[in-house]
Amino acid sequence: MRVTLRIKRFNPERDEKQHWEEHEVDVEPNDQLLDALNKVKWYDDGSLTYRRSCAHGVCGSDAMVVNGRNRLACKVLMKDLGKKVTVEPIRGLPVIKDMVVDMEPFFARYRAVKPYLINDNEPPADRERLQSIEDRERFDDTTKCILCACCTTSCPSFWANGEYVGPAAIVQAHRFIFDSRDMAVHERLEIMNDTMGVWRCRTVFNCVECCPREIDITRAIGEVKKAILNGGVGG
Amino acid sequence: MASAVASIWQGITYRGKDGHYAWMLHRAGGLGIVLFLFLHILDIFLVGVGEEIFEFFLFIYHSAPAKVFVMALLFGVFFHAFNGVRIILVDFWPEKFSNLKMQRTLFRIVVVMTLLFFIPTAIITVAPIFGVDLALSQLVGG
Repeated sequence: MRVTLRIKRFNPERDEKQHWEEHEVDVEPNDQLLDALNKVKWYDDGSLTYRRSCAHGVCGSDAMVVNGRNRLACKVLMKDLGKKVTVEPIRGLPVIKDMVVDMEPFFARYRAVKPYLINDNEPPADRERLQSIEDRERFDDTTKCILCACCTTSCPSFWANGEYVGPAAIVQAHRFIFDSRDMAVHERLEIMNDTMGVWRCRTVFNCVECCPREIDITRAIGEVKKAILNGGVGG
Repeated sequence: MASAVASIWQGITYRGKDGHYAWMLHRAGGLGIVLFLFLHILDIFLVGVGEEIFEFFLFIYHSAPAKVFVMALLFGVFFHAFNGVRIILVDFWPEKFSNLKMQRTLFRIVVVMTLLFFIPTAIITVAPIFGVDLALSQLVGG
């Protein structure tokens, strides 16, 4: 099938602002959008720039706005997109070139929630820190995040204020707040309780709709809000 | 200001689903309520300034464009109220209501409830434009 890709382009060495360009390519219905972009880059216009790595929805490199909604280019098939497909960089982050955005503000928010296990107690000498199945289940959903930024850059609160910590960072915080082995619950809840923290979530659900790992992000955010109100995760 | 305009444009052009449109309508309704509150404070203030100017304000309120504005405002008020209940449920009971399936059900309930309240009040509001007086006092024979 022949499709038209309408791509938002920006080359900082040549362009003053973003503009649309159209490319026609032949694709198979089961091709990924990433395949179609590769065809444009390899056979039509080598200057087209985008991130990609694993091409199987694991690395989270190729997040972009596809037909108006955040998607991973490697997780969406051409047969589901129609004959005319619009492709734009994700929103709310500075565009470097074409689909490539500066991810540093996003990762700064990620680092802010201390996304690592904090436990100063001596670990058992002969084994790892054990955890019950129920305790592990408590945060299973939020371990699936691949940091693609689809959620954060689909969030109106993030578009309005880039200082907002964003859904992805809250998901990461949730992953450790509800981990029974972690000892920094209150430290993280304090970060989440900031004016740029969890309260800026307006339960729009854009993050849940576009998450390529189908994480129940709004629920995780709601659980963090409740943990703040309850002064901890007990119960 | 520029970032506010940019984020409004992003909100309009992003193709979200029901939650996205619920958020936009909630915001628009909220702004409409604030605008009406401002107008209401202004017209009450004008009573003290002079009868003529207050009468002029009432004349504007009874004009056809104002009634259309009031109709839109009614939609905003009802949607804002019912969607507010949905947000409270999602916020306070995330384990029950913060999933996509429940979110869609709640959104549909919000739309149905809004229309149930909006349609009769909208008819009563705009009927005078077409020369029909459907004021409640008339309906109950008062």
